[in-house]
Amino acid sequence: MASYSVGDCSRRGLIVRNEINIKLPSLSVNEGMARAAVAAFCVQADPSATELADIKCAVSEAVTNCIVHAYRDTIGEIQLRVRIYNEGLVNIEIKDRGCGIEDVRRAREPLYTTDAEGERSGMGFTVMENFCDGVRVTSRPGKGTTVTLTKRLQDRFSAT
Amino acid sequence: MIKTKADIAIRVHADVMDVRLPCEIDHHSAVRVRRMIDESICAHRPKTLRIDASGVDFMDSSGLGLLMGRLSLMKKLKGELILSHPSPAALRMVRLAGMERIITIETNK
Ligand SMILES: Nc1ncnc2c1ncn2[C@@H]1O[C@H](COP(=O)(O)OP(=O)(O)OP(=O)(O)O)[C@@H](O)[C@H]1O
Ligand SMILES: [Mg+2]
Repeated sequence: MASYSVGDCSRRGLIVRNEINIKLPSLSVNEGMARAAVAAFCVQADPSATELADIKCAVSEAVTNCIVHAYRDTIGEIQLRVRIYNEGLVNIEIKDRGCGIEDVRRAREPLYTTDAEGERSGMGFTVMENFCDGVRVTSRPGKGTTVTLTKRLQDRFSAT
Repeated sequence: MIKTKADIAIRVHADVMDVRLPCEIDHHSAVRVRRMIDESICAHRPKTLRIDASGVDFMDSSGLGLLMGRLSLMKKLKGELILSHPSPAALRMVRLAGMERIITIETNK
């Protein structure tokens, strides 16, 4: 199979096999479409049903955060980039140019929310952390936030 | 109106209000579900709100916010909330948040 190489992926011998980029406006009606599109793309990496459900849920959390927090009271652009690497590694980047997060460490704590009156439970980052193998958050107040989710799919065909 | 799995169903008999959640609970659907449940609660003032989550294929943290919000509303009205037959997807979220300790869950088993 011809490999498709992009930038920083030579690290640890990782090769990008496939990639999609999606841009969408921060309308709540797009939440279902965004997670379904990412899941549909990931199917080629042969995830289990549970792994696919994990990915859907984590993506839903990150995209919803862009809609309800980053672009609160406005509509902005959300960028999704999904990469499938060799060795069953999936990398999903969710990027906004919204309000940013002052204190990322605090934001990631379970039950922490800045929107209690909107009936948010403050569990979004906890869900992402539980359903993925890696969650990286980089944010600059006033500039925006990038959440990078990493999921390592189990190889169900080679004996371990 | 044709009722589909994708839609919420609400039934009130005596002082029990039964709600069947739609198959996907995210932020987008939760806004509408919350409005419909709260309108019905205000109109009927039930003693028991029973939320049937057996048909929930997808739920994210918005579903937790929805359940927590209804729980506090029912407490304010001196009523109770029962989560009925949560699907694996719903139960997984409830457990992750430790909510099984504060919400009454009804199952067959
Ligand atoms: N993309 C973002 N832009 C700006 N702020 C964000 C973003 N994502 C998260 N936050 C901040 O981090 C906090 C915690 O996020 P988290 O998703 O864990 O909980 P929540 O969204 O408040 O509630 P829930 O996800 O349970 O509905 C949010 O309340 C918000 O202040
Ligand atoms: Mg959130």
